Amino acid sequence: MFYREAGQLKSSYAGDEAIFPIVQDRWAMAVLLLFVFGVLPFIGTEYFYQAILIPVMVYSVAAIGLNLLTGYCGQLSLGTGAFMAVGAVACFKLATAFPEMNLIIVFVLSGLVAAGTGLLFGIPSLRIKGFYLAVATLAAQFFLSWLFNKVTWFQNYAPSGTITMPPREVFGFVITGAHASAEARFVFCAIVVTILALAAKNIVRGPIGRSWMAIRDQDIAAELIGYRPFQTKLMAFSVSSFYVGFAGAMAFALWLGSVETAEAFDINQSFQILFMIIIGGLGSILGSFLGAAFIVLMPIILTNVFVGIFDMQAVTAKHIEFIVFGGLIIFFLIVEPQGMARLWQLTKEKLRSWPFPY
Amino acid sequence: MVLFAPILDMVDSPEFFIEVIIGGLVAGVMYSLVALGFVLIFKASSVFNFSQGVLALFAALTLVGLMDGTVPILLIDSGFPLPAWAAIIVTGLVMVGLAFLIERIVLRPLVNQDPIILFMSTIGLAFVLEGFGDILWGSEVKALDVGIPTGNFLIGEIQLQVFDMWAAGIAAFMVLVLAVFFQKTRLGRALRAVADDHQAALSVGIPLRNIWIVVWAVAGFVALVAGIMWGSSSGVQFSLSLIALKALPVLILGGFTSVPGAIVGGLIIGVGEKVAEVYWGPMVNGAIENWFAYVLALVFLLFRPQGLFGDKIIERV
Repeated sequence: MFYREAGQLKSSYAGDEAIFPIVQDRWAMAVLLLFVFGVLPFIGTEYFYQAILIPVMVYSVAAIGLNLLTGYCGQLSLGTGAFMAVGAVACFKLATAFPEMNLIIVFVLSGLVAAGTGLLFGIPSLRIKGFYLAVATLAAQFFLSWLFNKVTWFQNYAPSGTITMPPREVFGFVITGAHASAEARFVFCAIVVTILALAAKNIVRGPIGRSWMAIRDQDIAAELIGYRPFQTKLMAFSVSSFYVGFAGAMAFALWLGSVETAEAFDINQSFQILFMIIIGGLGSILGSFLGAAFIVLMPIILTNVFVGIFDMQAVTAKHIEFIVFGGLIIFFLIVEPQGMARLWQLTKEKLRSWPFPY
Repeated sequence: MVLFAPILDMVDSPEFFIEVIIGGLVAGVMYSLVALGFVLIFKASSVFNFSQGVLALFAALTLVGLMDGTVPILLIDSGFPLPAWAAIIVTGLVMVGLAFLIERIVLRPLVNQDPIILFMSTIGLAFVLEGFGDILWGSEVKALDVGIPTGNFLIGEIQLQVFDMWAAGIAAFMVLVLAVFFQKTRLGRALRAVADDHQAALSVGIPLRNIWIVVWAVAGFVALVAGIMWGSSSGVQFSLSLIALKALPVLILGGFTSVPGAIVGGLIIGVGEKVAEVYWGPMVNGAIENWFAYVLALVFLLFRPQGLFGDKIIERV
């Protein structure tokens, strides 16, 4: 009744190619953005921002990054955590080495450093595919963790081995360091996420995205019709690593503030982000958001339920959490292997004819 | 120049060098045991089974629990500790039951999905088993002693551990048993047929579902042996499941579909990383054991993507 596209005729090419071709979608998006920027910064508590909203934002960017590579270009990677670490360390080194540099530039440069690293570790993908490639990316994961741990230059020779973000301002607001307010950090995150998500959406529906999908669907066929696998795959690796590195820089500077690189961005981080895109939906930008929100919220809800309501011991709760978490993943894969983005699409299909089926 | 100095060290004290190599071989045998489980399942069902390491952990936890006579979940002493041989048999049965459940609950609904979906489901399975094992038997580090002799002896100048020899012997025996099983028995032939081509196997009347249960049960049995060996040498604890990750470069080196490949790959990785750690590690602050195997595998892949013994990759449009 409310979600009908009857009568919404597209009279121009641009109208046909719009991201949100239906009026209701545009309104929904506008309301969502208004809510994020107009309401959320004023109603939350410190915990709400720090434990839920900011992590969701950070992981959304990381998930979009991995989704570009795995969901759109079909190259499985288990090195996501390492590329986040590259972004975080680059952010730290740049911010401490050039105190006057604008934080936005620092973030972009960190992303670019990660992109360069991604390019390097993407080279094997020309020869190897699928799970072989996934294991090859594990090399990146373990080697880079080790490097950032052992070479103290990356920590500015700090004896504790942790890196801490110095306070920085953007447009007069303090957004990093110990005194940055959670609201300011959240708004900055939200702006960045909006821009990056829009950029990603436009990349994947343009010629670059089409070349990635061609490689994903059948790489030899793609090669035969004229896509260059070398450039296309490396492009996917570098763009993906840019996003992931950016997410790492955000996680370090805006969310955690101070991290031990090797521990914060370990192999589990890589798996978590892989979970996000698979549960959210491979090859879907929306899915990256849904998956990130699901994986961040899931443990918080489970802990609260088990410890809060059933009054269990924290250790037992942790174990049950493992079981429920794993079980949910299996359940989701069985019910809808295409992820939550697909569920959302089905809902929209249903909504079109709701409540009158004919 | 400084990179070559360790080679002189090797030549200078050959006894020490041989000890390092033997240490590496023993570690390699352990990796091979886990990699073997991967290969079995991958061959028969093209499922990349991430939970193999956790299977080993689960088997070891169950074994220790039975031998100590712990009551599951309550974690109190039941007063009925089982002798090692009985506990091993019961654990074997548990693993078979587990294989049955896994096939029923996880794999059957996911038939015909993409390999990545099946891979993810085994990661989910790893989580479930880990939590389940900890709840059943408790999560503290346990010692496992099934009566494998320990001690050491000397051959010339070289010191050897009795336990290591046993580990190598058991691994060799298992490979032998598996080889006979795959080549000579009716069931083994069916397994190889399924590995070659699912549909062709179905069409000549091989029941695919039962085959999968068998494969997972065999992999569970391999996991049990791996769990016993690792558990006896370094205690039954969570880090046991992490060796699964080390088995991945082993697989790459040996090829995903080759049983001898898993063994040889394991030995190469084991020796390679020990030698690198002992001789070149000190130059870069050590701990290169953590990544050496992966980088070795990565470099290797660039030259031979299908692994040492893997099937030749033929691609068709």
